[in-house]
Formats: sequence, C-alpha cells, structure tokens
Amino acid sequence: MSEHAATTQHSGAGDHAVDIDRHVRIYITVFVTLMALTIVTVAISRFHLPVPIAVSVALLVATIKGSLVACYFMHLISEKKLIYAVLALTVAFFIVLIFVPLLTVHDGYWIRG
Amino acid sequence: MEIPYTVEIRRDTGLNNGKIAIWLFLASEVMLFGALFASYILIRTGSTSWPRGDTILNVPLATFNTIVLISSSVTMVMAWASLMRGRFNTFRVYMASTVLLGGVFLVVKYFEYSHKFHDDLFPRTNNFLAIYFTLTGLHMLHVIGGMAVNAYFLGPGAKLWKTNPVWFTNRVEHSGLFWHFVDLVWIFLFPTLYLL
Repeated sequence: MSEHAATTQHSGAGDHAVDIDRHVRIYITVFVTLMALTIVTVAISRFHLPVPIAVSVALLVATIKGSLVACYFMHLISEKKLIYAVLALTVAFFIVLIFVPLLTVHDGYWIRG
Repeated sequence: MEIPYTVEIRRDTGLNNGKIAIWLFLASEVMLFGALFASYILIRTGSTSWPRGDTILNVPLATFNTIVLISSSVTMVMAWASLMRGRFNTFRVYMASTVLLGGVFLVVKYFEYSHKFHDDLFPRTNNFLAIYFTLTGLHMLHVIGGMAVNAYFLGPGAKLWKTNPVWFTNRVEHSGLFWHFVDLVWIFLFPTLYLL
C-alpha cells in the first residue's frame, strides 16, 4: 500500500504536520493523566468514605476523565458550532432524563401517589 | 451516484456529512445509556439496601480493563494522526493495536462473566446484578461493534486509502469518535458499578 499525505482544505502541508505533532504530544499527556486519574479513582474507593461523598468524588473524577476524552480525543475543544448545538440539546435532555425522575424520591423512598 | 460532502466541507454547516451523522448517532447513544443510568439511580435510591460493587465484582480485573480501554483510545487517535501525516503503515500498526486491545477487553469480560455464572450469580439474582449485566452487556455489544468497524478499516476498507485518502481519513476519524465514546461510557460505568 503506498503512502499518501492526507491534507485538509485549510492549511498547507508544513503547518499541518507541525499541528499534528502538537496534537500527538497532547494525546500522550492526556493518556498519562487518564492513567493517573484511574489510579486515583481506585485509591479513593479504598478509604470507604460515606456514600454521598464517595459518589460525589467518584463522579467528579469520572467527569474530569470523560471531559479529557471528549475534548482532546474527540476534538470537542475545537469543533464547529453545529456539533456544540447538537450536544447542548443532548445534555438538556440527558439532565431531564437523569434528574426529573428523582423528584419522585424523598428521603430514599418512593413517594407513592 | 456519488455520496455528497464526504470530503468537501458543506458551506452551511462547516462540516462534512459523515461528521454530523456520527455526532447525531452519538447523541442518540447518550440517551440510550442515559436511560439505563437513570434506571440505575432510581433502583438504587429506591432500595432499602444496596451492596458495594467491590464486595461482588472483581475490581483489579475491571481496573485492568479500564487501562486497556483508555490505551485503545490512544492507539485509535494515533491511528488517525498517522493518516493525517500520510503514514499508512504506522496507521495499520495503531489500528491493529486498537482492535487487539478491544479483544483483550472482551476476553477479560468473558472471565468476569464466567466467574459470576460459576458462583450462581445471574441477572435474575438481584437488582444490582440485573443492572450490572444490562449495562456491561450493552457496553460489550458496543465494543464488538466498534471492533468490527475498525477491523473493516484495517482490512478490506483500507483500499479506499489508495483512491481517496482524505475520505478514508475522515471515515477513520468518525469510527474513532464512536470508539472514544465507548471508552467514555466505561469511564463512568467503572466507578458506578465497581467502586460505589
């Protein structure tokens, strides 16, 4: 299979190569950070913190890890407006999906109508 | 008939059509997993007692699988970066590594599931195991789907590189977006099911 240069419509080949090199360095930094945060997640769980604190900390770390994947591996940090609009709508519905049913729970028990 | 806007950018959206399509698909995937996460929250908050995941599940194996999946995300993005640099042979190495790491994830999951079944732990056993098998089972199906697409681009789909390298690079990027999403879902599943 021959080697081709995949080019974009926006930049020259020289600038493009430098840009990709910069991206690759970022990917490696994100990879190391994700590994470190995975160890942190497991380490925190060993402390057997009270459930509300444990849930908050675990979800905070998971959110940081998820944001790194979305921003850098999925290139959301420099995406077009239409993609952001689609995701904003998704997040709005996701929040409804997750939190609205919880309104029917009070003190850990169901409110029965 | 040629498919429009596979390579060239649409003026109104600033994107090629494949990119919009994969993000719309991922939006629907967010809602699919979101519904199951909502079910998990409702079942857990509605129950009088709930086991800690690490008393039933194997945390070291799941930690290993987390490392495997994060590594596969890096090899996936490096595969795309290799194409952007015009290095097809390097792309093949990274893409093969991605598929292989996906396979390692599934093998580890097979051992986890086998161990549970051997101990008479099934989805019908209790609510915790029901939601565990549902969420991880659906996630596994996504891993298998992602592996199939990546294997296609490693094998027969790679012919496109000869005739239209930019289109091929875009397709690999879109496949990568799905793979990273699968990784992202696992990042939330791991603490939710195994550690809390």
